[in-house]
Amino acid sequence: MKDKLSAKDYPIAETRPEQVLGRRKKPLDSLTLEAVIDGEVEIEDFRITPQALLQQAEIARSVGRAALASNLERASEMTKIPQSEVMEVYELLRPGRAQSQKELLDVAQRIRSRYEAVLLAEFIQEAADFYHKRGLFRKRY
Amino acid sequence: MSDNYDANRWKRFDDWDARSLRLDKFAVEDPENGFSAFHGAADPKPMLSLKGGLVTAMDNVAAADFDMIDAFIANYHIDLEIAEEAMAIPSGQLARMLVDMNVPRTELTRLARGLTPAKLAETVAQLNAMEIAFAYSKMRARQSPGNQAHVTNAKDDPLQLAADAAIAVALGFDEIETTMRVARNSWSNALACCVGSAVGRAGTLFQCSSEEAEELEIGMAGFTSYAETISVYGTESAFIDGDDTPWSKAWLAAAYASRGIKMRCTSGAAAELLMGFHEAKSLLYLEARCLCLQRGMGSQGTQNGGIDGAPLASSMPGGVREIMAENLIAVWLDLECASGNDARHSESDMRVAAKILPYLIGGSDLICSGLGSILKYDNSFNPSSFNGEELEEFLVLQRDFEADGGLTTVEDARALSLRRRAIDALSHVLKDLGLAEATEMMKRSVAVASGSNDTQSFTPRDVALISEKISGNDVTVLDVIKSLHRGGFIEESENLLFLVKLRVSGDYLQTSAVVRNNKVISAINDPNDYTGPGTGHRLTEARRHELANIRDVLDREEVLRAEAVSEMGEKKSIRYQIMGLADPGTDTDEIVVGVSPGFGLKIFRTLAGHRLSAVLRALKAGIERGGGAMRVVRFWHTADTSFLGLSAARLSGSGIGIGIQSKGTAIIHQKDRLPHNNLELFSNAPVTALEHYEQMGFNATVYAKRLLPNPIVVPTKGEALGARFHARVALTYAIETSMIEDNASPENLKLTFLEQSA
Repeated sequence: MKDKLSAKDYPIAETRPEQVLGRRKKPLDSLTLEAVIDGEVEIEDFRITPQALLQQAEIARSVGRAALASNLERASEMTKIPQSEVMEVYELLRPGRAQSQKELLDVAQRIRSRYEAVLLAEFIQEAADFYHKRGLFRKRY
Repeated sequence: MSDNYDANRWKRFDDWDARSLRLDKFAVEDPENGFSAFHGAADPKPMLSLKGGLVTAMDNVAAADFDMIDAFIANYHIDLEIAEEAMAIPSGQLARMLVDMNVPRTELTRLARGLTPAKLAETVAQLNAMEIAFAYSKMRARQSPGNQAHVTNAKDDPLQLAADAAIAVALGFDEIETTMRVARNSWSNALACCVGSAVGRAGTLFQCSSEEAEELEIGMAGFTSYAETISVYGTESAFIDGDDTPWSKAWLAAAYASRGIKMRCTSGAAAELLMGFHEAKSLLYLEARCLCLQRGMGSQGTQNGGIDGAPLASSMPGGVREIMAENLIAVWLDLECASGNDARHSESDMRVAAKILPYLIGGSDLICSGLGSILKYDNSFNPSSFNGEELEEFLVLQRDFEADGGLTTVEDARALSLRRRAIDALSHVLKDLGLAEATEMMKRSVAVASGSNDTQSFTPRDVALISEKISGNDVTVLDVIKSLHRGGFIEESENLLFLVKLRVSGDYLQTSAVVRNNKVISAINDPNDYTGPGTGHRLTEARRHELANIRDVLDREEVLRAEAVSEMGEKKSIRYQIMGLADPGTDTDEIVVGVSPGFGLKIFRTLAGHRLSAVLRALKAGIERGGGAMRVVRFWHTADTSFLGLSAARLSGSGIGIGIQSKGTAIIHQKDRLPHNNLELFSNAPVTALEHYEQMGFNATVYAKRLLPNPIVVPTKGEALGARFHARVALTYAIETSMIEDNASPENLKLTFLEQSA
């Protein structure tokens, strides 16, 4: 098992630029102005990867910021989810949007199976439990 | 002046009523109704019970009764490995650890992970304002302080946004934030600020505060690099009323990170009170809940410290101390803190300045969140503590205290050229991408405008169309980069590309990250390591020099230059001829006027701006009106008013003399008096008028007749004359004193007035 990253590896764009890749595996130093002008790179190439988020999570955890690390790990899973679906789940997590616990649990199941998003699925399940407990499945508008 | 003495109250109260302070409304402490900074009627006592790796009760609420906030804090904030140890430490001891420079920051942030909201609140509440400020300075996460600007305008005019963003960058802001008057203008505002912030240097982070989904989309299109609109609240009802839950907000937090966008939450005192769901809890306790929640969500930071609730918090006793205390909890929880000081909490400039001071001298990740870099009426968030109007005051405060508030003076020629560059760059992009066409007149009006009242630019309808096209045509930041490049704005295209590339590595997702000199610095590679004097953030000599370098500073050369200009005028007005050494006179009508060494030789005008020839002419007229005769003598042995006056009196046949310095300070003296026991003194040269000098000449003749005149009163309006003049006085006086020769004899001067008019 390789060593986990820590504060000494930060910022990774400076300490290991060759390993920092965009979403389509283009390394950082290939994302040049010329490449943009020539249309060789697209906005997709500037999207953060799940790997980079996990590396940042390791660094955060190494300096005692486990909560931040967990968020970055959830984010890492979320990179796979399309924007519209990210916003759709967000909307459902707002108070009174989902009309039942089952509605949220179904979403959790879908997120888990479609995107292998274990952490996010657990997170939604947990929300569903508390929303149920606190009576949040009530109509707001 | 009114002659009505029948008023039934002291008129000083009328004066006080007229001050801007009295526009502020103050509220009584009323803990039952949520009006308490530190001691809510329903604040719980801190406690924590654990069983089988679960929290069974926290702050007097059993797990079965947890509301969503309790539950989220118990699940995500409370670190079970630390909780027992941390909760066992008495809050008084924790409070002392916070102000003990020998207890490292990291030990305290470790313990905070095991502390409940009530325990955090109980601890910081024991600190007085100074201790809170000190602890804040010690506990804040990143060593280098920074600042954030608001860039908005009342018309949502993109040209002005670009120009003002470029200025904010030049001033040194690490982050700029915009928002709109009209919601649908968000894309236009984002593109305009994005282009403007690429002028001058790379790396200023930018956010466009708008509706959640749209804000994220704008971020994904690459126009923005951070967000801070994820608001959280300290009561469940307020949270739900805000149309979110801890889980929905945490989802959003992950969403931003998943798109490589820096994010912080927002919370601040009195939000729950404003929303009507305070649960009779104190501002501080509710904020402690908000902040634990934010840490639990995995937010790297918080915008905290009253924020929109600052004016309400400040209406209560201890409200401002509470705002400082909640900021302390934020940094104790190891969160980046954009420490408020934005929504102006008072109409009183003094209250505003007093509130900023601890943050300025102690530093903060973002001292203001943000500082209105535009004029008050252009601030679409509402006026900030400091705005375009008061920005130079902030620069001067930095200089006064040698404290880095993150800003640097922008020289005026540079300001205009940056504005023009930003306007040209944006105009090109708008035209090139088929969004709009700016006329020369629009561009010129915006370049010089201080605020949107002075511009003739795009109409609100134009802006709505621009915004619609940007979003409708799926314009991304790469289109803007290419367009800038096509237009020859190469540096700007590179700067913008630099910013977009930051998101690939995610380095700026770490706590307290900003960009300085093209490098990401954060609490990881620039941690606050304060452990006492000589440690922590210190000004470098270069930065100290930058802070000192404000506009319009006086030096000796400047004084001499100004005098050289006056000298030419004086040469046409008066001629001084030396008529040999001055001996004591015998004529009892004689009034000797003793002038200082530099009088009419190096210095030519009084501080009030009167030519020295005019002053002498006035003295002469007064003396002659009283039937006396003026003899002017230059002294070389002193430049001090008292000794000039006394020396003149001793030479004067009447025994009465007038001493006058080049700067206009004048005195009437009598030969037998002690040096500092003069007859009359004009000590406030800047407000002394020519008629006062005339009257002084006249009064001297009255004293010469052994009579008592009405002493001349030079009225002041309470001006801070020292502030206005002492720098120049000191420089002028040093020029005079450098001309002094010990034991040199006085010389008679013959005056020839060359012009009739003064």
